[in-house]
Amino acid sequence: MIPQRTATSSTLTLHVNDTAHTVTVDHRATVLDVLREQLHLTGSKKGCDHGQCGACTVLLEGRRANSCLLLAVAYDGAHLTTVEGLGDEERLHPLQEAFHERDAFQCGYCTPGQIVSGVGMLCEAAEGHPSHATSPEALQWATGAPAELNRDEIRERMSGNICRCGAYPHIVEAIEDVTDHALRHRGTAPHRTDAGADAGTDADSGTDARTDAVPAR
Amino acid sequence: MKPFTFERATSPEQAVSAFAAQPHARFLAGGTNLVDLMKLGVETPEHLIDVSRLPLNDIEPTADGGLRVGANVRNSDLAAHTTVCRSYPALAQALLAGASGQLRNLATTGGNLLQRTRCPYFQDLSAPCNKREPGSGCSAREGVNRDMAVLGHSEHCVATHPSDMAVALAAYDAQLELLGPEGSRTVPAAEFHRLPEDTPQRDTVLRPGELISHVTLPPPPAGARAAYRKARDRASYAFALASAAAVLAVDGDGTVRHAALAFGGLAHRPWRARTAEQVLTGSRADAETFARAADAELAAARPLSDNAFKVPLARNLAVHTLTALTGDAPNRPAGT
Ligand SMILES: Cc1cc2nc3c(=O)[nH]c(=O)nc-3n(C[C@H](O)[C@H](O)[C@H](O)COP(=O)(O)OP(=O)(O)OC[C@H]3O[C@@H](n4cnc5c(N)ncnc54)[C@H](O)[C@@H]3O)c2cc1C
Ligand code: FES
Ligand code: FES
Repeated sequence: MIPQRTATSSTLTLHVNDTAHTVTVDHRATVLDVLREQLHLTGSKKGCDHGQCGACTVLLEGRRANSCLLLAVAYDGAHLTTVEGLGDEERLHPLQEAFHERDAFQCGYCTPGQIVSGVGMLCEAAEGHPSHATSPEALQWATGAPAELNRDEIRERMSGNICRCGAYPHIVEAIEDVTDHALRHRGTAPHRTDAGADAGTDADSGTDARTDAVPAR
Repeated sequence: MKPFTFERATSPEQAVSAFAAQPHARFLAGGTNLVDLMKLGVETPEHLIDVSRLPLNDIEPTADGGLRVGANVRNSDLAAHTTVCRSYPALAQALLAGASGQLRNLATTGGNLLQRTRCPYFQDLSAPCNKREPGSGCSAREGVNRDMAVLGHSEHCVATHPSDMAVALAAYDAQLELLGPEGSRTVPAAEFHRLPEDTPQRDTVLRPGELISHVTLPPPPAGARAAYRKARDRASYAFALASAAAVLAVDGDGTVRHAALAFGGLAHRPWRARTAEQVLTGSRADAETFARAADAELAAARPLSDNAFKVPLARNLAVHTLTALTGDAPNRPAGT
């Protein structure tokens, strides 16, 4: 429905984890508020509510974004992925599994944001996005080829996610595990992919199906 | 936050006329600054005009070999564009030194230019601030002023402009295309932001209701190299204490043919260092010249009680950035 110019609330549709939700929202509501309070998807956390901590990170059209700064009214028709859409208790996303194996959290408050941000970050690297840690040489000869992720790169690219418990060393290791995995098995990195497009083309297609939880942009 | 009405703009012209009809309107792009300030009560629009879906998303080469960037191009996409990385590396570096991965995915070229100061008194409704509440006074001048300006400030305001991107655009002599009720006009990026004088509430020369539609970069000067360097309190995800963007072309005999230098974090606007550039141009490209140029520029600095450190910081940033540009050119890595 077309938002009413005179009203201060609107009805709109958000596609969250592949399910369409039509909701009426006060224009002041952020996507984070709608996710948590109207759709009861409480995986995304409110840490600072000002774009400073990353606890609210979701994928918006496949790209990571701070949902506390997204006014829901501006995102009618948008596709969002929250941590709930990455995996479930039976079949964790490879990055969720890595966080579990590496003990990459203490209180866990920042963890959903870290994991969603990590998934988005791996997509960006696969698409050749440089970072502040990328050398001037690599930047000067940029080709758009996938970026290699060493620890400095992972730290820099994940700096938008604050962990008050200081679990950073293990968070970096967990992400590194998935990166290594991605390098060893081409095609298993979470990347822009149409659901199922890669399935069956890789020996690990069982895990691929999970990484396809990242929606196409 | 105050309640507000909302509309999605259908064309740049429609956005401009919608604004003209609604004096308490704001354009919404990525929202990463506007929504933050609305939550703080600093911005209280009655109507939002969402311009983020206007088709201003292209990065296109211009006929003269430059680059034209739509106002809605996201900071992450601009920084990842191979032409930007190769031909305008200081711009890519400035963008990548700003904010976080998440924020750069949302932040637009237009919104980045128009982000407001991070002065804590500006963001605190309980504190006097001439920028937020003209005539109320400046809390920062005699207050916590470590992050504030050392150049071009006035008795009315000592705030700095926080954008990294804008500093690189100033050094590259970018032009901003503006669309307003009276038609379109072009303003050099280096003259877009203002000094505070006695009207610090006005950050830029943008007229009320004008929309930034594009940013155009001229072709990089022949043989020029460029870099952006930023000093901050932590290694990532922090605003600049000081930063420098430099574009430098040196002739075969070691003489500076073209020099553009701009500082961030020092003033109410990206500080194009024209005095330093005059010293540089035609001089030998060496550390002695670079130091002399930086000193000539920074002689105008008037530090406040807690930010005198910014003067040597900026001087060293300029010298190191320029010196690095006279070293060996980056080698092409294998396989590219
Ligand atoms: C935690 C945090 C850290 C940050 N760190 C940095 C940093 O280190 N360096 C840095 O440079 N920035 C930093 N930023 C700021 C960030 O870069 C800006 O918030 C962002 O660039 C603003 O772009 P936007 O599209 O979200 O603008 P919006 O918030 O949508 O808009 C900002 C302003 O611009 C106006 N506007 C938007 N588009 C147009 C247009 N086309 N024409 C006319 N007016 C327009 C809006 O009305 C509004 O007044 C940080 C922000 C946060 C929250
Ligand atoms: S809650 Fe959104 S960044 Fe902190
Ligand atoms: S695990 Fe507690 S904040 Fe990160």
